[in-house]
Amino acid sequence: MNENLREQLLLLPEYFQGHLALTLIALTLGIAISIPLGIWATQSPALKRPLLITVSIIQTVPSIAILALVVALLGGQIGLLPAIVALVLYCMLPIVRNTVTGLETIAPDVLEAARGIGMSPRQILTRVRLPLALPVIIAGIRTAAVWTVGLATLSTLVGATSFGNYIFTGLQTRNLVAVTVGSVAAAVMAVALDSIIGGIQWLTENRSQEASSQQFKRARLAVLFGIVAGFSLAAYSLLPKPSADFVIGGKPFTEQYILAGLLAAELQNAGFSVDQRLGLGTDILYEATANGSVDAYVEYSGTIWSNRMRETENPGKEVVLEAAANFLEENDGMVSIGPLGFQNLYTLAMRRDRAEELGIETIDDLLPVARTLIAAGDLEFFGRLEWISLRDTYNIDFAEKLTFSPTLMYAAIDERQVDLIAGYTTDGRIAAYDLKTIEDSRNAILPYDSMLLSSATAAQNPEFMSTLSALVNKISDNAMREANRLVDVDGRSVSDAVAYLQSIIRP
Amino acid sequence: MIELQNVQKSFDGGMSYAVAEISFKVERGELLGLIGESGSGKTTTLKMINRLEEPNQGQILVNGRNVQDRNPEQLRRNIGYIFQGIGLFPHYSVAQNVAAVPTLLGWDPDRILSRCRDTLELVGLDYADYAERRPDQLSGGQQQRIGVARALAAEPEIMLMDEPFGALDPITRAELQEEFKRIQKNLDLTVIMVTHDMTEALLMADRIAVMKDGEVLQIGTPSELLNNPTHEYVKKLVEMPRRRAEHLERLMHSS
Repeated sequence: MNENLREQLLLLPEYFQGHLALTLIALTLGIAISIPLGIWATQSPALKRPLLITVSIIQTVPSIAILALVVALLGGQIGLLPAIVALVLYCMLPIVRNTVTGLETIAPDVLEAARGIGMSPRQILTRVRLPLALPVIIAGIRTAAVWTVGLATLSTLVGATSFGNYIFTGLQTRNLVAVTVGSVAAAVMAVALDSIIGGIQWLTENRSQEASSQQFKRARLAVLFGIVAGFSLAAYSLLPKPSADFVIGGKPFTEQYILAGLLAAELQNAGFSVDQRLGLGTDILYEATANGSVDAYVEYSGTIWSNRMRETENPGKEVVLEAAANFLEENDGMVSIGPLGFQNLYTLAMRRDRAEELGIETIDDLLPVARTLIAAGDLEFFGRLEWISLRDTYNIDFAEKLTFSPTLMYAAIDERQVDLIAGYTTDGRIAAYDLKTIEDSRNAILPYDSMLLSSATAAQNPEFMSTLSALVNKISDNAMREANRLVDVDGRSVSDAVAYLQSIIRP
Repeated sequence: MIELQNVQKSFDGGMSYAVAEISFKVERGELLGLIGESGSGKTTTLKMINRLEEPNQGQILVNGRNVQDRNPEQLRRNIGYIFQGIGLFPHYSVAQNVAAVPTLLGWDPDRILSRCRDTLELVGLDYADYAERRPDQLSGGQQQRIGVARALAAEPEIMLMDEPFGALDPITRAELQEEFKRIQKNLDLTVIMVTHDMTEALLMADRIAVMKDGEVLQIGTPSELLNNPTHEYVKKLVEMPRRRAEHLERLMHSS
């Protein structure tokens, strides 16, 4: 078997359990909340519209935004809890709506008979309306189940293990095998869950009239088995596992996957057990380290300077690095172990032939032609301080400003669909695609020195600190770019890149 | 025994009256036909007796007790209710439908079972054949037989019927009318039956109350109505069945 595929399949049990637990817990809570809400809404017309509008609005908020908001509301907590809260919010709409529809579409004659023979409102609900609405309610639960399986992949972004680990890591490190394994696994789980709930639906629709038939008994057995197996697996994954000594965090791009892998490998060499929480958003990761859910990660000085300290000036590399270190220690109780040595700056870059054709060396050279050029940035660049600072320092703007995922951005400039991109200095693809970086002679772009951070509690462990301190100032721009290139351009695994960095650190 | 005393009902706070101050009495074992066109207030009158509607004024006595003093659900469990829509519970078997009221009343299972058998037999259905069937597997006539059985199951003394046979084909309707009349006599049931079909009222009722615009115009035996209509409207109502009966008689004698 293909080595890469084998490596991915080894991860399957862990990701499967994580994904299943997320889905089943969220779905169970979603049902437990939504059905009573739906019943309540049909009893109280004043509540119905606001409720249905609210659950619909939740549905229209992009799921990534819901996750980020839930993390913020929970005070920066990452992991299972915010993921489940977000998934529960998301699966409410189909269940609430179908409960209301199911309860309201009972034939009026049946309701008149129920009243006429002397059932109380409560008996009408439990003996007539709910049983008759059940198939419609279960249809809503089926929809919710499929949505939840799909959305649970996003839980990776807030540090809960799911099939999303395959997908996000795979997308960032151009590992299509991982992306495929993750997508297929999620699809299989969705189909399986849908079949089990479909089985329950069939049983409720055919109960008693088929109660004695072989087919009914077999279906009931299969459904029961599915339910028991699903919940046992989910419960098993929630059993307290021996918790790791340290948790390493990382953001969702190749360099961060490699660095997290490096920190984890170094700590494991020193005899510690380590968990990794990868693909987290910048703010989520910072908060998680401040509150101790993550013990170490690599941050960039300019990110803290602009995102956290809200500074807009650029006083130079040394000042920013020192101020950022002081800030996170004083404000959030974290510890800066030290810089790793390389910088990961934003830089403008063009195809070498295009730059020569236009005679461009520095950003000043761009000014006469900028308004005829198409620029591309990653998803956040044109909203960042770097771009605003560039724009204002040079008074520059482009004919068009497009945003891409990094992988597609490099493909776009290679195929001449755009004229220049905002890349990173450590990105291996700049060399691989033979792009020319354009010099920022007026120092408009903030410095981005890599900083190794740790949580306050982890910093009290001397062995942890000495292990990680050994990395300070050991990774040059060139070494980091080469490590990134191995993964992004050569398609090698993250662990190969980690091994490469280790060979640089300890020649 | 059912007695209405000055009963009034308005659905629009007194702007108009669906039922305008009516009074009448139905004796034990009597079948009263309540006839009138749509909007005459006959169904509203019926529904006030088992408190599916509440009167604005006046009082209703069932077996001498004011219905307002009784819990509405308890009251309804002791009064059989049959209506055109039938409203069998689609998720229940025939047996469960028939057992609905005894179950609500908390009878013990053996008594419910034997009562189900008896009641189904009473309406002409074989228990073994029908007990486990679903309502959607039955014809309209069979469904209304179950509807009648459900209403009879808890041995009520009083039955309220709202156009019970209106949706059935003519032959089935005639069969059920005759059978119900027989059951009513045998069980000595006190019945109010709403209908807009004068022929049905003339054939089944001991007395008939004619309603128009919320008022009772005339109340009397079928022959009183046929021979001494006190209102032009009552006269018109009995005219059609009379002319048809005479026509049929001529046809039979001519052959």
